[in-house]
Amino acid sequence: MNGIHDMGGMHGLGPIEREENEPVFHHAWERRAFALNMAAGFLGEWNIDMSRYAREQMPAAEYLATSYYEHWLWSLERLLVDKGLLTQAEIDARLAELRKRAVK
Amino acid sequence: MSDEHDHAEEGSPLTETELRVRALESLLVEKGLVDPAALDALIDTYETKVGPRNGAHVVARAWVDPAYRARLLEDGSKAIAELGYMGRQGEDMMVLENTPKVHNMVVCTLCSCYPWPVLGLPPVWYKSAPYRSRAVLDPRGVLRELGVEVPEDVEVRVWDSTSEVRYLVLPERPAGTEGWSEAELVGIVTRDSMIGVAKVQAPARGGRR
Repeated sequence: MNGIHDMGGMHGLGPIEREENEPVFHHAWERRAFALNMAAGFLGEWNIDMSRYAREQMPAAEYLATSYYEHWLWSLERLLVDKGLLTQAEIDARLAELRKRAVK
Repeated sequence: MSDEHDHAEEGSPLTETELRVRALESLLVEKGLVDPAALDALIDTYETKVGPRNGAHVVARAWVDPAYRARLLEDGSKAIAELGYMGRQGEDMMVLENTPKVHNMVVCTLCSCYPWPVLGLPPVWYKSAPYRSRAVLDPRGVLRELGVEVPEDVEVRVWDSTSEVRYLVLPERPAGTEGWSEAELVGIVTRDSMIGVAKVQAPARGGRR
């Protein structure tokens, strides 16, 4: 499938920015998103090709506007719902709950 | 960068992304699908244990041991496993030898494939749109931008890791390191030289550790 992820040869995506002494993770949530992806992967409900495919389903504009671990998070949520491990309703409910707690 | 600095200030709202991570984690833990201790162990492994020093060990061994070098080029996965490095994202390794006539560089145009057991998790620039798009379009230009001038008579080979194969570049051993021990050589092999976007430099005279 041709999609935004298939970037080889595209023009206009800007200069390459290398960070000196780059940390493995830039934010605490990236650590959790990484580990959740790995641990959920160990459940054996999907393989690497399926998780890659899930990542490639992200809408193109969103893909370009978000960071790498946001892509991971997006695809993890899709896979968990698609495989029936979580429902979208319970994710949305938990998010609403956490948002409410966060603004207190 | 520490958590204290990049995390939301005390009392300030969490971002939508942070909330989403917490939502998924709390639900998965409650259902017993993931173990919080396993999450911590995974983070610790990839943040502190697995990294480019593993790859540097492989490269330095290849530089001092011709028989190992031959095995490494023949069957990368097997020779790397000899040194104890194996696991996810390194199941099928191929080692690419840089020579005075050939310069190899590695990209994953589709995403972020990278040899975790020997290099750890990839840096942001490797996963970024600019590198992924241009590495195959203008490799010499990309190398120049990253500080490597490859002479016209040297062939540049770009390896796109879009299958299950993961690549490790075996950089050229710099002149002036004759007689160095393996441990000393490990200290000069950089991550970027093993991706093929840098050359290994020998420290100036007197800089030897």
